[in-house]
Amino acid sequence: MGPSPKRHAWAARGLAAACVGLIAAGCDEQQNALAPKSHQATDIARLFWWMMGIAWGGLALVVLMLLLAWRRARRKRSDDPKEGERTAFRVVIGGGIVFPIVLIAALFVVADIFVIKTTQAPAKGATEMTIRVIGHQWWWEVKYPGTTAVTANEIHIPARTPVRVDVSSADVIHSFWVPRLNRTIDAFPGRTNSIELYADAAGRYRGQCDEFCGLQHAHMAFYVFADPPKRFRAWLANMEKPAAAPQGALAQRGQQVFLNGPCANCHTIRGTSASSDVGPDLTHLQTRTTLAALAIPNRRADLAGWIENSQHVKPGNQMPDIRLSGSQLHALLAYLEQLH
Amino acid sequence: MAIATPPTPAAAERMELLEQMWQARPGVLGWLTTTDHKRVGLLYFWTTLALFGAGGVEALIMRTQLAAPNQHLVSPNTYDQLFTVHGITMIFFFIIPMTTGAFGNYLLPLMIGARDMAFPRMNALSYWIFLGSAIFLYVSVVLGIAPNAGWFDYVPLASREFNPGHNIDFYCLAIIFNGIASSLTAAQFIVTIFKSRAPGMSFNRMPLFCFAFLAAAGGLLVALPLLTVDTIFLFLDRNVGTHFFDISHGGSAYLWQHLFWMFGHPEVYILIVPAFGIATEIIPAFTQRRVTAFPLVAMAELLVVFIGFGVWGHHMFATGLPTITAVFFAAATAMVVIPSTIQVFAWCMTMILGTPRFRTPLLFIAGFIFMFVMGGLTGIMFVAIPFDQQVTDTYFIIAHFHYIIFGAAVFPIFGGMYYWFPKVTGRLYHERPGQISFWILFLGTNLLFFPMHIVGLLGMTRREYTYPSGLGWGPYNLAETIGGYITGAGILLLFGNLVWSYFTCEEAGPDPWHGATLEWTTSSPPPPYNYAVIPYVTSAYSNWDPDDRAEDRRKLAQGTLALLEGHEQPAVTPVDATFDEIVEMPHDSPWPVLLALFMTLVFSMLVIGKYGVAGVMAIGCVVALFGWHSKEPQEA
Repeated sequence: MGPSPKRHAWAARGLAAACVGLIAAGCDEQQNALAPKSHQATDIARLFWWMMGIAWGGLALVVLMLLLAWRRARRKRSDDPKEGERTAFRVVIGGGIVFPIVLIAALFVVADIFVIKTTQAPAKGATEMTIRVIGHQWWWEVKYPGTTAVTANEIHIPARTPVRVDVSSADVIHSFWVPRLNRTIDAFPGRTNSIELYADAAGRYRGQCDEFCGLQHAHMAFYVFADPPKRFRAWLANMEKPAAAPQGALAQRGQQVFLNGPCANCHTIRGTSASSDVGPDLTHLQTRTTLAALAIPNRRADLAGWIENSQHVKPGNQMPDIRLSGSQLHALLAYLEQLH
Repeated sequence: MAIATPPTPAAAERMELLEQMWQARPGVLGWLTTTDHKRVGLLYFWTTLALFGAGGVEALIMRTQLAAPNQHLVSPNTYDQLFTVHGITMIFFFIIPMTTGAFGNYLLPLMIGARDMAFPRMNALSYWIFLGSAIFLYVSVVLGIAPNAGWFDYVPLASREFNPGHNIDFYCLAIIFNGIASSLTAAQFIVTIFKSRAPGMSFNRMPLFCFAFLAAAGGLLVALPLLTVDTIFLFLDRNVGTHFFDISHGGSAYLWQHLFWMFGHPEVYILIVPAFGIATEIIPAFTQRRVTAFPLVAMAELLVVFIGFGVWGHHMFATGLPTITAVFFAAATAMVVIPSTIQVFAWCMTMILGTPRFRTPLLFIAGFIFMFVMGGLTGIMFVAIPFDQQVTDTYFIIAHFHYIIFGAAVFPIFGGMYYWFPKVTGRLYHERPGQISFWILFLGTNLLFFPMHIVGLLGMTRREYTYPSGLGWGPYNLAETIGGYITGAGILLLFGNLVWSYFTCEEAGPDPWHGATLEWTTSSPPPPYNYAVIPYVTSAYSNWDPDDRAEDRRKLAQGTLALLEGHEQPAVTPVDATFDEIVEMPHDSPWPVLLALFMTLVFSMLVIGKYGVAGVMAIGCVVALFGWHSKEPQEA
């Protein structure tokens, strides 16, 4: 029975071809590090493709040696135990020392002296604007310094504009990662790390917490919306405003439910007395497309389900299940739906 | 032929006398009080195998949950415990004790021509402590309060504020407890290698296997205290109110990470270096050729661990280290590649120049070389800091280190089980099912781990208990899960074959492979005293030196160096291994198991906060130590 290393090589090659094809095929929504939309992520992706090409070469070399060994299995044993020892020693020196030193030195220079310049933290004042992102268990708070705008989980930036993001944490270590725009950076409690976000084109880019942070680490995603600059300015202007007064009796009653019930213990709605910072700022809740760090879409039914059963939707999250009467919930939803 | 069969009637009498002197007590008591390195090795083997099974089941539960998007087979709480305990089990309770505890204990004294470890009772103690720590950890699993903050256990997530239960207390104490066992083993290996080699086995004549275990033991001895200190700090922070890691009181969360990875990265090399050692035994045996570039390979085995102490920062590239610091660690990471490539080329050239027989053990080594190179090549990619920062904490990393840990550390363990099976059991194994189990495992592990590279690049992060659909991750995860089950089936076949072989195969005789090292010169299984005379050694491939073996038979017939006066073994000078003195070795002893029992009680009381009772149990430990030392072996 013949175990053939030849089969290793074919299987590995086939697998490689398949994966390259599938990566390129893409999907409707992407968090794909190899579908870059910024010069930083492009540099990293290009670096990867080069490294992968060379790595396949290295693997092929080793598979070739194993194949040679397999062929030798059929020959008769040599009487001279030292036969070929000098050659072998030279191969070990050349292949095991010289060859890797040359390759890795080249990789080191390219990656850690040149590419790193585009991906490292931007200097203060090097970018046109700065935003602050604060990781919480399990959502992202987003602030726009110099303005009163505060939002959560959906970050808007102007497209084709370098933006510096100052990242920190309110509790445990999280990590801020938008693979199509740039590499990851930890959100460390008691410390601010910075990273540059730049999007080549307007669009929506998915990101996710990249450091295990507890029970709902899996549901701590976010979007970066790169808007055309004009639309971004309009968005920011709206975000700066306090919430408009509720229109209609139902929504007014809903506001009372919000302010007098448990909601106001944790959430802020600017322009009202609710000003707690435990949970996300809800002043412009309707500008967001999702809830609970992308766990569910921001639709009326999902919002109602979230309020009543958040522990079922996202077990262990900090928001308790809120018990409201049918009419209270109805009024509250009417109010929340006006927070544009 | 070696001294498995006595050359003269007088020699037979001498062997009879040795047998009586070294024989273990019969029955369970014999196992509880044993100090025989082979018995301790077997105890380690069976215990770590059970723990490997547990770790494997944990992995399969996780893979089942991840087979498709949005599945909820287990709760997030359970999932967090599963991946934490899976990591702790495989690293601390399977690979380290399997390589050092089982393979090292059983084989090292045989390979250096000794009759036992340098400190046989300490050896037994390390096993019983290990068993106690394993039971301690798995009690928390059964109670559903197992560690849940990852094997890396970052603060502040692991602090009392964010993790108020007993989960992390179990983590701290299990790691400290287990660390005592590993430290004892490591210290013991170093002394045994330096002092108990057969006279004449200078370092240039020592098998490469022993260099690998020396490297692993040295690494453990230096690295473990860092982790022990780290976990003691955390335990104090959680239970006494100190502020080592408490940011709001001037502590530092970075401190945990630095200490953890100062231990954690050397640990990776400590895991695989014994596998290198196993490979460097199997390759000569199945190619009938000495390993090419012996001094380079020996140095590489030591260097890989040494350089491994300077690379811990590459685990922290995303934490916001200053660029210059990151670049330093990247350069060190690049250097660690060299000793690894030296060995890969040396193994391959030895196979090419020899006459390889691809039986099951060598197949596993060929598979190991392939997997190690795969994992190594992705490892080299982490020299590129921006790329490391892009894929850190994604499935790309999981793919990388499972190629290294499963492919490079566990494949040689499997190969070694087949290789030494005839030596340990005295029986051959069925070849064809062995080879089939290799191919199933090779296919299964590649299907299990290769797609993780892709899904990681597609953005899937680690430690997610579930994931959404629509990101293109589903099909890869399904393939991984199928690969996981194939791997499980391969492992079952592999062990099933060994069990079946044990009952059905013919006797192996002392040397079925014409192996290179000393253990093949004695009978299978070896007698309790290992060697009737202390072997005469002039090269690292002693079994291939027929003149030396004839010398052993002559000495046995004459009765020189048979050490018949008592329970004795020679000690040598550390480097040149010239004869130094005869040492009286201790007999079986009940104290190691009793001491370990009291230590287990101390740790159990600590975890539930009964410090007073723990103190009383500690007095029990002291009493056991007095008992231990009350009857020392006599000076020879």
